[in-house]
Amino acid sequence: MADTTDTTAVLGGHRVHRPTLIGGLRWDTVVGALLVILLAISFSTVGGFGNALNISFLIGNTLPVAAIALPMTMLVAAGEIDLSVGSTVGLSGAVMGALWNHGMNINAIIVVCAVLGVVCGLVNALLVTKLGLPSLAVTIGTMALYRGVAQIVLGSNSVTDFPQNYLDFGSGRLAGSFLPTAVLPWLVLAVAAAVVLHATGFGRSVFAVGASAEAAWFAGVRVRRVKLSLFVATGLVSSLTGVFWVLHYASATYSNATGLELSVVAAVLLGGVDFDGGRGTLGGAIAGVFLLGTLQNVMSLADVSAQSQTIVTGVLLTVSVLGPRVARQMSPSIR
Amino acid sequence: MSTGTRIAALAAGSLLALSLSACGGATKSSTDKAASTAPAAGQSGATDPNAATKKGLTVGFLPKQVNNAYFTISDAGGDTALSALGESYKEVGTTSATDTAGQVSYVNTLMQQHVSAIAVSAQDPGALCTALKQAMSAGIKVVTYDSDTDPGCRQVFVSQASSEDLGRSEVDLLGKELNYTGQIAILSAAQTATNQNAWIGYMQDELKKPQFANMKLVKIAYGNDDAQMSFQQTQGLLQQYPDLKGIISPTTVGIKAAAQYLDGSQYKGKVLLTGLGTPNDMRSYVQDGTVKAFELWDPGKLGQLAAYTAVALASGQISGAQGQSFTAGSLGSFTVGAQGVVTLGAPTVFDSTNISQFNF
Repeated sequence: MADTTDTTAVLGGHRVHRPTLIGGLRWDTVVGALLVILLAISFSTVGGFGNALNISFLIGNTLPVAAIALPMTMLVAAGEIDLSVGSTVGLSGAVMGALWNHGMNINAIIVVCAVLGVVCGLVNALLVTKLGLPSLAVTIGTMALYRGVAQIVLGSNSVTDFPQNYLDFGSGRLAGSFLPTAVLPWLVLAVAAAVVLHATGFGRSVFAVGASAEAAWFAGVRVRRVKLSLFVATGLVSSLTGVFWVLHYASATYSNATGLELSVVAAVLLGGVDFDGGRGTLGGAIAGVFLLGTLQNVMSLADVSAQSQTIVTGVLLTVSVLGPRVARQMSPSIR
Repeated sequence: MSTGTRIAALAAGSLLALSLSACGGATKSSTDKAASTAPAAGQSGATDPNAATKKGLTVGFLPKQVNNAYFTISDAGGDTALSALGESYKEVGTTSATDTAGQVSYVNTLMQQHVSAIAVSAQDPGALCTALKQAMSAGIKVVTYDSDTDPGCRQVFVSQASSEDLGRSEVDLLGKELNYTGQIAILSAAQTATNQNAWIGYMQDELKKPQFANMKLVKIAYGNDDAQMSFQQTQGLLQQYPDLKGIISPTTVGIKAAAQYLDGSQYKGKVLLTGLGTPNDMRSYVQDGTVKAFELWDPGKLGQLAAYTAVALASGQISGAQGQSFTAGSLGSFTVGAQGVVTLGAPTVFDSTNISQFNF
């Protein structure tokens, strides 16, 4: 965690930059600093921001993006992308609603949704790894496919009558504090993801695959297996997020989380994860997620119109694509 | 590799365990439906129909979508009514009509800004409930207008016209035009739109009557209140059902897009279109014969009534219980019906004889 040195390994003639959680002047550090500054300003100047209810609301509303951003960071670091995550969230919710209407036990439903997520991820993974198709094209297709299946599964129904104690888990707070109950499983997942990406051989192979799949393969990394496990993890987390979404908003509809994939990808890119693969940190991605979430919350409280909010977000994202490159050029440790 | 996979599996496992251990299992049948179907009771308890109208109130309007012509008109009506009363008006909302998470966020925003009342047109009947209930327990009055939430999540629903009137009258309009024969289709908004689905339910019921024996509903298409998608759905309907004789589109966005498509196609005048539209949108199509008649309430008056209702609630003149009456400025006096519903009145039918008298 407190490793502050940049290690550069030469692998198959390619320089592989292995980022650490904390570095010199790096974009993820910049994003983290921006988040801290934004929070400080908001707490002191924006009315209605700093109370426990609003903070819990902000976190709860950002959790779906924060959860899916974890596997998405690894996927993008490995040079791939998954745009079907929003539809997987919707499909999982639709299946949850339909099975609940059929009288199935809620815990069994959650297990079914988890398996469904694995299947969704596996479909993406096999199309990418077995057929060698670009993941951008594949997941644009499955994005429409999964959303279509969700429409068939639930039609125009909206299911809301889930058990109260589960709904309380979805929208409740820890003993009246500013933390939503659902933050606990997310923290477990975030720590696990950070360890996997930044402190294991698997994590190193993720970056190696993203830097150069060919070089990684010659160095003995099982490229296909790495990609497959990342797609499956993304599908699984998305479907569990679908369950959370239904409980948080007490509403299962086929259209749940429409457009969520763009929020996730935007936050991950804003956090300094390189779209070309091979570079990025989980800390940066998480900072990116909460920077966007906080910004939206603050802009609404400050009466910035929805149209202007879209412009601000757009400008920020455009800068974020440029930012990491500028930061890298200014940082002496990387040539 | 194996370490990574193991840690990931462990994380997923513990996540599942955490979510499962939250509480014992339950099924739909074992869950007692604690969801109240009665309107939420006002916190104040006692109401006084003769109470003075409070000053310095702020009503926050939260439409399904900002930048939508229909809601621009209705919310401007809300602004007019609040100005007349000397109260403050504000409007917030999402740029997409299917961004429920965004709409929930705005309920939170209005709550943090301590508005006196919220007037919301719900994108989804259930999703707003948690946030609206929090707002009500903080003393904020909640009125839904145009599109309702579950009745327990607001004090009053201001309805444009009774769902039954609207649904049945649209079928009757088209039936008269088609001599009660031929295939018809419906072009709706989103599949989850509460009000559209309620109207369609009554349309289907009306079609069961004997005089409609030769009129067959072949398809319900959904254009998501998006002009381009509604246009494409109309195109698709006519390709799929070449013998189609009529289309009902109970949404202002849908009917305009459908009229636009028919106007530029060989089906102009052969396929009849009716539904809910605004006179300004539909004027040229009525003049050139693409559309014979359509109907709507006055959205501006709907917004006004929502504002007056919100002020009456915030002033303690009503609480949302059945039988209570209040005065809504120039609109006259209204009485709260069953389940806390206040109805604006019967819809207006627009055709070539009267359309020039309206400007909205």
